[in-house]
Amino acid sequence: MIELATTVAFTIVSIAGVLGAGALLRARTLADRIVALDLLLVILVLAIAVGAVRTRERLYLDILVVTSLLGFLGTTIVARFMERRGSA
Amino acid sequence: MIDVLTSIAVITGAALALVAAIGVHRLPDVLSRMHAATKPATLGILLVLIGVALRDGRLAVIAKVALVAALQFLTAPTGAHMVGRAVHRDTTEHDDDLDPVDGV
Repeated sequence: MIELATTVAFTIVSIAGVLGAGALLRARTLADRIVALDLLLVILVLAIAVGAVRTRERLYLDILVVTSLLGFLGTTIVARFMERRGSA
Repeated sequence: MIDVLTSIAVITGAALALVAAIGVHRLPDVLSRMHAATKPATLGILLVLIGVALRDGRLAVIAKVALVAALQFLTAPTGAHMVGRAVHRDTTEHDDDLDPVDGV
């Protein structure tokens, strides 16, 4: 039951990842790129969480904490950079 | 029964990520696109984390899941706010429909 659900969830998340990559390629301004990268990172965190459900591996939860924090860090740093220099 | 709940939580969480990706694709403006990227995704992560907690009932796991959920709920809005502020500061000159007060 769980294997089936996680497989379906993995396929949905990978479709979302492909769409996110498409959005990243289509982005012209810096702001679009930040948003697309933020989305990709969120999808990554979600995929790791689905992996954690499937394998019941407790290590994945630590990876989740690190990834969600790094995602936030990257977004804020680029937002700071963009605010000072103007969007390219 | 627990497995059914976990499966439902995981699949709806993944579906919300798909909604977020579609939202980023179709919405015209950067700000609305940013809103699409953060809101459903945060809820999606919360749902999948609930799935993780249901799947593995140990206290340590539930504590970590609560930590990640709390972090995600704290960081996502602030990050999105910073990006929005940067975008707003950049495009206010010629983008009058962003003015908070109309016509004043």
